[in-house]
Amino acid sequence: MGAIQNKIVGPVSEELSLVQAAKRGDDSAFEELVRRYDRNVFRIAQHITQNREDAEDVVQEAFLKAYGNLQQFQEQSKFYTWLVRIAVNEALMKLRRRKPERTVSLDEDIKTEDDSLPREIADWSPNPEQQYTQAELREILSKTIQGLPPGFRTVFVLRDVEGLSTEETAAALELSVPAVKSRLLRARLQLRERLGRYFQRRENGDGKNGEPKGAEVKTGDAPSGDGNQ
Amino acid sequence: MKCSEFLTELTSYLDGVLDEKTKAELENHLSWCHNCYVVCDTTKKTIEIYRDSQLYELPEDLRGRLRSAIMTKCQQHKKRGPQSV
Repeated sequence: MGAIQNKIVGPVSEELSLVQAAKRGDDSAFEELVRRYDRNVFRIAQHITQNREDAEDVVQEAFLKAYGNLQQFQEQSKFYTWLVRIAVNEALMKLRRRKPERTVSLDEDIKTEDDSLPREIADWSPNPEQQYTQAELREILSKTIQGLPPGFRTVFVLRDVEGLSTEETAAALELSVPAVKSRLLRARLQLRERLGRYFQRRENGDGKNGEPKGAEVKTGDAPSGDGNQ
Repeated sequence: MKCSEFLTELTSYLDGVLDEKTKAELENHLSWCHNCYVVCDTTKKTIEIYRDSQLYELPEDLRGRLRSAIMTKCQQHKKRGPQSV
């Protein structure tokens, strides 16, 4: 079992030339930056807001803000990381407006260390995603990630979907590196457990027509590290 | 390595940033602990499924509309001066 390969976003030196040209007033260079990162910003925004119209607004507002503040960008970090920070803040603002009854911040969700320990250890079917149509799978993935607190899903999306490094994610979210690592682990484990309801190996049939296992399934077999060596 | 230690190192292992010694200890643990093997394997699949899912892709027509709206607003901003964002 090996490591995960990350998506790579375009070369950094090229990005810097575009930023410098845009700073000198070359709008076609800025448009190229939009072209390069609009899909990423849209995905991040929709993951955070879970709303397509809000995500469209975030894309526009984030790029406009980046354009208006380009002279303040110090070029010590990647432009993309700086843009992601702007986009995440815009997306969180949208979420706060939409859910005024709840305070939404990246600092919430601090619970005990045990809340993400695996409870459901059953193995998955081979190629579980092939049990579902593309549309069904998208629905499952979307519903599952929506169930995560915003602070967890934001870290997961930046690290695992967009391929930012731990350090870049920490910089974009203004979190410490250990906080990013801890949230990433818990996000990954929670998603794994929730997806297991759909992807578990079934005793009977291929599972496609069966009801997903309920959320309350517990085996009590979480690895505890005690007497299990 | 205990199961709890495996969990602590899982994220670094999947990211390929573990030192050789810890990686060997973790892989030795996985070779006999079925529960941890399953957790590791299904966590890796979880990440791959999301990464490859193309969830929330921006359709090309919407993409074009957004880009042209952004550039129009940028040009308006340039005309009005830097106070307007």
